[in-house]
Amino acid sequence: MFPFGFEWIWDMSHLVFMGGLWYALTIIGIGMAYCIIKAAVDTSQGKGAHHH
Amino acid sequence: MDSALFPKGVKRCPTWQFALWIGAAGIVLLWGVYAMLLCWLKGLNQTNMNDYYGFALWIWADLAVIALGGGAFFTGFLRYLVGKDELKNIINFAVIIGFICYSSALLILAIDVGQPLRSWFIFWHANVHSMLTEVAFCLSCYFAVLTIEFLPLILENRQIDKVPFFHNLSHNMHEIMAVFAATGAFLSFFHQGSLGGVAGVLFGRPFAFREGLFIWPWTFFLFTWSAAAFGPCFTIFLLKITEKITKKKLVRDSTVWLLAKISGWMILTYIIAKTADTIYWLSVTAPATGYTAGFFYDNWFYNIGWLIAEIVVGGFIPALILISKKGRQNPTTLFVAVLLGVLGVSINRWVMVLQVMAIPVMPFDTWALYYPSWQEVATTVLPVAYGIILVSLSYRYLPVFPNEVELNAPPEPAPAPEVEPDVPAEAAPAQA
Repeated sequence: MFPFGFEWIWDMSHLVFMGGLWYALTIIGIGMAYCIIKAAVDTSQGKGAHHH
Repeated sequence: MDSALFPKGVKRCPTWQFALWIGAAGIVLLWGVYAMLLCWLKGLNQTNMNDYYGFALWIWADLAVIALGGGAFFTGFLRYLVGKDELKNIINFAVIIGFICYSSALLILAIDVGQPLRSWFIFWHANVHSMLTEVAFCLSCYFAVLTIEFLPLILENRQIDKVPFFHNLSHNMHEIMAVFAATGAFLSFFHQGSLGGVAGVLFGRPFAFREGLFIWPWTFFLFTWSAAAFGPCFTIFLLKITEKITKKKLVRDSTVWLLAKISGWMILTYIIAKTADTIYWLSVTAPATGYTAGFFYDNWFYNIGWLIAEIVVGGFIPALILISKKGRQNPTTLFVAVLLGVLGVSINRWVMVLQVMAIPVMPFDTWALYYPSWQEVATTVLPVAYGIILVSLSYRYLPVFPNEVELNAPPEPAPAPEVEPDVPAEAAPAQA
């Protein structure tokens, strides 16, 4: 549910519950995006190619 | 045949033997899948749930596996946030167990909701006054975290690791794993707690209802505490079974003892708090609603034995064994302690789900007992078979145990005794 949805009410319950969910999803999303992008950059720079 | 996929330097059983093992577990899995399809296609009339039992075997299984899977978040918390570096030798296994437990919980919920295609409603049309909404949010997010924690291990498979991108991805994920572990610990605290909170706020059910702190009943804190306390017991319990089956030592004793010691102290503090909560509930909370202590255990099935089994047999005894150096360092008593711990927390979840429903709350009610249908049993056994398969595949193909090679290396041959010359050294030149 987002603030622009018709069910949304600006109260503490919605802010805490939905805020908590977005907060967790944001950390997970940014963390994974960082890992994937850095891995792509590292690979393009030839890192990890000769580790065996 | 598949030896190229094995971790470096380890020995695994022949492919045919592994296939037989997986096949046996696969048959049980298929039985569960058949029952699951029946529930989905024909509906929840396949179960023995009724107006008394809206929560039944599945919800107990859910709560039990979530508590037992707590070993993943707590071990991760100890390893990455507290800095218990020794636990790096068991963290992979704890994560796999956690992944299995949480995916099983989600699978069981997907059957229980009856209409899994509408599962997204809880996110989009969330009831922000329900503790179960919080559970659904945290459970889903934490499962994502567990997947992220499991992924680097999969990427470390000998063949996958040869691909530079996957090697780098795995490396990068390890680097920021503390962030994910912290997120996991935060999410676990709330969903474990809210599962207990659901029981504690049921003011129409005097067996479950508790007072508490602000909006949180005491059960909120007790559930989180017990998951952190007993989760590592389940990890150790499964580790010992895996070692027995594979006939190998997989984790150093010092690591197991450390985890067992922490678990023991957590159990002891938890069970003291639980005892205090029980005494207060039986002497103050329940009488205030018109119930005596004896009423809750006045049934041939739900008798006082459940309370003793939960608090003494499954609480104080494992705690006392695990906090004593002798107890946790003896393989037999260690195994007995972790087994009792696993049973203790499972009994706690059982009574907080099923005994709650069984106790009469209306003047015209009698004790309502419930027997699960075979479809419910099969779908509850399904995660066990799935877990066996996933642990077996992980053990065979992934470097789950960093010390396995070193712990199972054949003993070095004793150095050959120096050949004593027949003649004294000083006489040798003369001989030459």
